[in-house]
Amino acid sequence: MKLTTHHSPLTTDLSVNIAGIKMKNPVMCGSGTFAFGEEYAEFFDLKEMGAIVTKTITLKPRKGNPPPRIKETYSGMLNCIGLQNPGTEAFIRDKMPVLRKPGIPIIVSIGGETEQEYTDITRELKGVRGVSGIELNISCPNLHPHLSPLPSRERKEKERLRMFAQDEKAAAGVVRRVRRITRLPLIVKLSPNVTDIKIIARAVERAGADAVSLINTPLGMAINLEKRTPCLSNTTGGLSGPAIKPIALRMVREVYNTVRIPIIGMGGIMDARDALEFMVCGAKAVAVGTANFVNPRAIPEIIDGIRKYMVENRIKKIGLLVGSLKAK
Amino acid sequence: MVKTEKCRIIENKKVGPDFYRLKIIAPLIAIKARPGQFVHIRCSGPAGILLRRPFSIHKINNANVSAYQRINVSAQKQGWIEIFYKTVGKGTEALARKKPGEIINVIGPLGNGFSIPRKINSAILVAGGMGVAPLLLLAEELQKSNCKLQKLNLNPSSSIQHPGSRIIVLIGAKTKKELLCENEFKNLGCTVKVSTDDGSKGYKGLVTGLLENVVRRTSYVIRKNKRSTVYACGPKAMLREVSRIAAKHKIPCQVSLEEDMACGIGACYGCPVNTKQGYKLVCKDGPVFNAGEIV
Repeated sequence: MKLTTHHSPLTTDLSVNIAGIKMKNPVMCGSGTFAFGEEYAEFFDLKEMGAIVTKTITLKPRKGNPPPRIKETYSGMLNCIGLQNPGTEAFIRDKMPVLRKPGIPIIVSIGGETEQEYTDITRELKGVRGVSGIELNISCPNLHPHLSPLPSRERKEKERLRMFAQDEKAAAGVVRRVRRITRLPLIVKLSPNVTDIKIIARAVERAGADAVSLINTPLGMAINLEKRTPCLSNTTGGLSGPAIKPIALRMVREVYNTVRIPIIGMGGIMDARDALEFMVCGAKAVAVGTANFVNPRAIPEIIDGIRKYMVENRIKKIGLLVGSLKAK
Repeated sequence: MVKTEKCRIIENKKVGPDFYRLKIIAPLIAIKARPGQFVHIRCSGPAGILLRRPFSIHKINNANVSAYQRINVSAQKQGWIEIFYKTVGKGTEALARKKPGEIINVIGPLGNGFSIPRKINSAILVAGGMGVAPLLLLAEELQKSNCKLQKLNLNPSSSIQHPGSRIIVLIGAKTKKELLCENEFKNLGCTVKVSTDDGSKGYKGLVTGLLENVVRRTSYVIRKNKRSTVYACGPKAMLREVSRIAAKHKIPCQVSLEEDMACGIGACYGCPVNTKQGYKLVCKDGPVFNAGEIV
């Protein structure tokens, strides 16, 4: 029998605490899918969200990749935006005042090509009012051209600059350096483009990460057969949307079985059921990404759906769901 | 806050080989929309189609009744908008299969439309293929605007065919069969000239060739007044050429761009266009830009 939603809603507790970041519900946005919040304020009250994760900022402004930057694929999309952003200084000056307004936790996603860049941004963020945590984006797949027909010397140069998240030592190194200079909660965003994500997760945990978020986008490609060219300007792009959900669920489960720090799960969450599946696999919080593009009200609808599920299933605390997957 | 509407389809009819007109009840969008703005439609049909598709607004009809009265009028009398589209892929094909009475999810109006300078007195509209879609609404708005548009006589020596026309519309297509909206523009009182690549109707060649001819013949009037504007929508190469011609004759020019989009609201940064001030977003900063801005 179905219970109605007005059945003791006061006893459903959606709040979660991720490494000291107190969220009134476990739903945040995925970095890069929500810009700096302003656009979505037209569709719902941002106060409803658990937290906002900003688009990744870099130390200096970045122009991003030329168009075409996106291509729809089956139940998903590829993107190669290339971290277009105004840089840390302009972010603090122009974006933070707007982001602070809703009064919810703000997690600033930062990215860079060197360890130094990560620590420089972290230093600049020190003392900035309203910053609740830092997400280290060490897994952006679009910083460098892949598979492009570059002359071999140049290609070697570029390949040295592959993402930190693909190497346990590189990942741990950057986390350790940032850890040394900040007390803010440190979330590390992991890449699925690895042989074994457990190894990277363990490495960043040991290096001092307070939480991990996964997954960033798997690298993919789309082809224009008529022209025999790649569809995207950068040849490859990150795949997102429902197409990657099974991969993300599997990786969340693997990491949950490996580390003790909390996991923020993401990858193709379109509705409340998807979000709940991630939590059952072990995610303490979830991030909604591509769904925002399809339905700008996806986040508040998912929060409502989670609450409804809890009421219907008499779950009083959302934490009780986390990792509750049973063996088959 | 309200920008999402669940819209009932009034009509979705095939009007050419791959061309469709979709009329939907959308009173909130109809009230706000300006020429050149677009709507972002969920075409969901077969599994696998994820993203919305952007369409420029082709026609608007605001119900001339108050909100109070609207409760009792039939669906057809409520504010509606029409989009004019061509099936080019899975999304538009799914949309083409929708039947009257079905509900579709629409976000809009989005983006920045065409701007009509206060002192404008004549306009040249250049459409390539589906480019007619946003320009029809613009022509209507130009005709309605209070400013006094001046006659642009194309052929001073011959008898005057369209005595009242201050808007010249140039429509280009591959063949006669693909020429779109000729009559709609004529009915609005515009002077219409057409071009076809194969010469099956009107000027043989590209619409930009036609524009060159027209500008040459009218540029005296245009330059003397400095109050004309060229508005264009169509393929990228066409827009580049239109911009060049307009710049050469020192006529202000606005172009409406198209790009694959994900969010449509400026959040995903997926639809950049290179401008003199760096990358701008087609969905949020455009889709209409001053031609001089584009690199």
